[in-house]
Parts: sequence; structure tokens; C-alpha cells
Amino acid sequence: MTTPNNEVLLHVKNLVKHFPIHRGLLQKQVGAVRAVDDISFDIKRGETLGLVGESGCGKSTTGRSILQLYRPTSGNVEIDGVDLVRLKGEDLRRMRRKMQMIFQDPYASLNPRMTVGNIIGEPLIVHNIASGKEVDDRVSHLLELVKLNPSFATRYPHEFSGGQRQRIGVARALSLQPSFIVCDEPISALDVSIQAQVVNLLEDLQEQFNLTYLFIAHDLSMVRHISTRVAVMYLGVMVELASRKDLYESPLHPYSQALLSAVPIPDPIAEATRKRTILEGDVPSPANPPSGCRFRTRCPIAEKICAESRPEFREVTTGHFVACHMVK
Amino acid sequence: MPDLLLDIRGLETQFKTPDGIVHAVNGVSFGLKEGETLGVVGESGCGKSVTMLSVLGLIPNPPGKVIAGEAFYVGQDLLKMSKEEIRHIRGAQISMVFQDPMTSLNPVLTVGFQLEEPLMLHVGMTRNQARDRAAELLGMVGIPNPKDRLNDYPHQFSGGMRQRVMIAMALSCSPQILIADEPTTALDVTIQAQIIELVKRLRDELGMTIVWITHDLGVVAGLAKRVMVMYGGYIIEEAPVNDLFANPTHPYTLGLIQSLPRVDQDQHKKLYSIEGLPPVLYHKPTSCPFAPRCKWVMDRCKKENPVLESVGDGHRVACWVNTTTGRNR
Repeated sequence: MTTPNNEVLLHVKNLVKHFPIHRGLLQKQVGAVRAVDDISFDIKRGETLGLVGESGCGKSTTGRSILQLYRPTSGNVEIDGVDLVRLKGEDLRRMRRKMQMIFQDPYASLNPRMTVGNIIGEPLIVHNIASGKEVDDRVSHLLELVKLNPSFATRYPHEFSGGQRQRIGVARALSLQPSFIVCDEPISALDVSIQAQVVNLLEDLQEQFNLTYLFIAHDLSMVRHISTRVAVMYLGVMVELASRKDLYESPLHPYSQALLSAVPIPDPIAEATRKRTILEGDVPSPANPPSGCRFRTRCPIAEKICAESRPEFREVTTGHFVACHMVK
Repeated sequence: MPDLLLDIRGLETQFKTPDGIVHAVNGVSFGLKEGETLGVVGESGCGKSVTMLSVLGLIPNPPGKVIAGEAFYVGQDLLKMSKEEIRHIRGAQISMVFQDPMTSLNPVLTVGFQLEEPLMLHVGMTRNQARDRAAELLGMVGIPNPKDRLNDYPHQFSGGMRQRVMIAMALSCSPQILIADEPTTALDVTIQAQIIELVKRLRDELGMTIVWITHDLGVVAGLAKRVMVMYGGYIIEEAPVNDLFANPTHPYTLGLIQSLPRVDQDQHKKLYSIEGLPPVLYHKPTSCPFAPRCKWVMDRCKKENPVLESVGDGHRVACWVNTTTGRNR
């Protein structure tokens, strides 16, 4: 692992993304799914920020809003000091070289009609970085980087297994030599024995190219392994952000605590003596979130104040942020 | 072995595909004791689901076919039964919960109707009796206001609630054996914890025998008493749960356990990884199916397929190699 210095690469401030809900004949807007509702955080150069939470909590929307695949409703996203939200057209396109994405589903994210070589080489052509023979050379090199045989360039995605396809996705993301990569559940669709292969590859590449990752996942064990710092989201808001060690060893937010206690441990002796906090009920709808603290409807320690005001996301100890009224 | 509730011997299942015959299950034998919870672990395509589906006569034919084996349940061979006969076993005495609660419930029928159907069919209840029992079942699996929820359709339930409905349905006729095929894989961890807690409670209350199919070794560690690990259509290791995690003996089991990061441990060194890919079985293996990925591989592994042999109390393993010495076992 590279040691991240303290230089901030990505600065996200008050990011909001609402998806409008339209109803009726005139398609009037009647509400909004508040997928991401005012979150702020930094990512330092060379680090991996793990972003965890359950389905529908807004973690993928956060990743996509950062890359401007969704235009944020409001807020700022700065990479190297440039605010992406203000950029349009050619200016934004030029910035996209610096930031890439690896998708969850290695079957849906590769065009079945393109050869592997075309898939990996397309970004180079689109961004006028290489042409002709040069593209082929780069593609061969990229395939070697992700430990695939360069002769695979002439084959089609359906000829590969899930793990190999995910490597192709990684090669495509690397082709423009980005500094920042959003990994959106890159291993969730893979078999257990293949997950370790892909995670090791991502770590090797990070070291080699000083990459910065936003690693979105719901597998808290893998996030503990790969991350420098970890952020926990619940229903569109960030509830806790801390170093890996602090978050896993002394989580402060009751949701983080419950989430960690719910993860099964592959050790029957540890499992037998474990105390679980079982959360009641389901996650409420992000179209109509609870007032005040969004977690209060399932929180085991909620009090009156939790329904009245939204808890501030504040730094409790150095580098450990939490949004909870009950944390002193 | 008279104390076995379910006794499977030499089960083989194949599928015809455009690319050739896939040998999904290649001779699987195991027993299930009354009251135990058996975990079946393996990656996609290892034959874990197909094994259990074959036993219940749920393999679509064509393309699939059970070509050999016996499956004794209270003295009767399930594999020799007619469709009509096995229908009286399925749901009534052996029931199944599937992975995806959305596709396994009928979206155009109310949950109440779907719960009442097996009660009227298998138990012979009247509509009113079945309705009361259905409400009772929903209450038992922790669904609030069960009487009112009977009139709701599946889409009005969340994923976790739907899986509770599926469990209620599977339990409706008080079966002896519950087969759960990755029932929590599609759910979030906090919901998974709810469902596992529920199953543990019901198991203790009703004294059910459970087969839990999963790829998650963590879930197995907390739930199962005994574990079978499958690879390439074979059982490659079988042991009581504590023994399996303390002394994993097959190189594949060993690799799987080592490759998992743990949420309760800080470990930042490189993950152990098993190189290569799981096999696609166009031929029935004549040598060890794990040999191409195994770091202990010997000549013998490439020539002969190992058979399950006892290495301890209730601990069986199919491997020629002793992984501590690297030599022949």
C-alpha cells in the first residue's frame, strides 16, 4: 500500500442529488427521491476511501455524481482544485481523463459487439491520445498490466469469465492514466475465490500508479482490508467517516455499530459468542425520509431531539466524523 | 444407516447445452440426520443447488437429467417417484426456500392466497382454517399486522419481508426438512442478520432439519452444525463446523478460508488468492477437478480422481495430498 500524503485530491462539498418524481397527465413534479442529501468529504491523493451502506443508501449515486455521470442538484465536486459541477462540454470532457470508473456488473458494462482491444482502446482514440499501431501497443501493455494475455485483444467479451471481464474493465479504466477511479462494487458479482484476485490486482495497480480509489461496496470485510479510511452512508446522508482502524474498532454511530455486528465472521467459535445488534424493520423510502436524524426510526437509542433536528456531521476526535445527537 | 432422515447415494445430474453436456453433479453421497443443520458451501456452478434440486425432482427435463443415484427419505427413493407422488412430499415434508423472493412469489396473487394454497392442498384445510393458519404463520416469521397483510400483493412487501413470507410458506405444512438455497444472498447484511436470527429461533422451536446452501462461509460458521464443501460437482470435504474451520484439509477449503478478509481483524497484507478459474464440466472429471488450481498438485492428482476418505471424527476429504507435508496422504 502506498502511504497517502495529506494532499487533497478530491473535495466534495454539500453534494446533493435529487431525482424528481413526476405524476399525472402533465407530468408535474410531485416530489423527489433524495438519493444524496448534503454530504461533504475529502479524498487524499493515493488513498482508498471505502464507502459502505445498504442498497438504496446513495453510495452509487455519490460515485456517479462525483464523476458527473449524474449532474448534481447542488454542491461542489473539486478535483485538483477544479470544480467539475461548473464545467460543461469540452472542458468537462478533458477532465474525464483524470477520473474513471469500474462497474459492478462485468457482463453489462462491456459492449458485446466490440472486441476487447476496441473496448480498451476506444478511450485513447476518443481523447486523441493515440492512433493506429500505437493504440494496439498500448492495449497490449494494458492487458499485461491486468495479467491477461495480450492476444485476447481480438476476442469478444462473451469468451471470458466474470473475473477476466472485470480485469478488462480495469484495463479500460486505466487506459487514460487517470489519477482517480470510482470502483462501484467491483467484486460483488464475482465468486469468492476470484474476489481476492481482483482486489489484489487493484492494490498492485494503486501502488504502481499512485491511484486514488473511491471503493464502493457492501462487503464490510473487504472494505476493511482495502481502505485507508471508511465512510458509512444511510438513506442519502453520511453518518460516519473515520480511519479504517477507528471505524472498525470503535464505531460511534449506532448504525455503524449495528451494520458491523451484522456481518458474519467465517469462524464458528467467534460467531458462537458474538453479540448482535439486530435492527428492526426496513430502510424507509428516500422519497419521504424521516424528519431529523434519518436513522431514528430504527435506532435503538433514539430520543426526542433526534426527530426534531438533523444531527450535524462533526469531527469528534481528529479525523473521526459522526452525525449523531447521542454521541458526546 | 437407519438414523438418517435423508440418504443420498451416488447422485449424478447432467444438463444438455448447445455446447455439449455439462456434468453438474458427478456422484454425490451424503446423509442428513434428524434435527441437524447442514451447510452446503461452494461457488457458482459447483453443483450445490443442482444436488438439492435433483433430490426434490425440480430439475427441468430437458435440458437437465438425473442420470444415476438414489435419494432415500423414510425408506422411499425420491428419485423413483412419479410426479404425483413427489408432489405430496415436496412442500409437505421437504420444503424449499429460494434465493430470489421476488421471482419465487406469484406477483398477481395475494400473499394470503399463496400461503393458503399448500395448506388446502397438502393438509386438507378449508379456506377459513387455512386463512387463520396463514395469519398465524406470518405472525410467526415476524410480520406485523399479519391478518391485514394477507390481502397484500408481493410487491407491497420489501425484500426482507418477502423472504419472511417465503419462509412462512415453506413452514406452512410443518415439513421435516427445510432446504434453503442462498436465501439471504439478495438481502442487505442487516436484513440477512434478521432472517438468520429468525431461522435459528424457528429451528429451535420446531426442531427442524435444515440444509442451508450458500457461498458465504461466514453465514455457515454461525448457523450450521456440519458443513459440506463442493467443487466441480463433487463433495470435496465434509466436517463438523468447528473442525472444518479449525482444520481445513482440502487445498480448496484451505484457500477459501485464507482468502477471506475478516471484519473483526485488522489485516492489511495481501489477500491469499486461489489462481485460475473454476472448471466448466463438459467432461466428467477423470482426475482431481481442483488439480489445475492447486499449489500442492502431484502427478497422481492428474491421473486419478480422489474419493472421500475419513481423516477424523465425521471429517471426510477427497484429496491425495497431505497439505502439511505436501506428500501423499
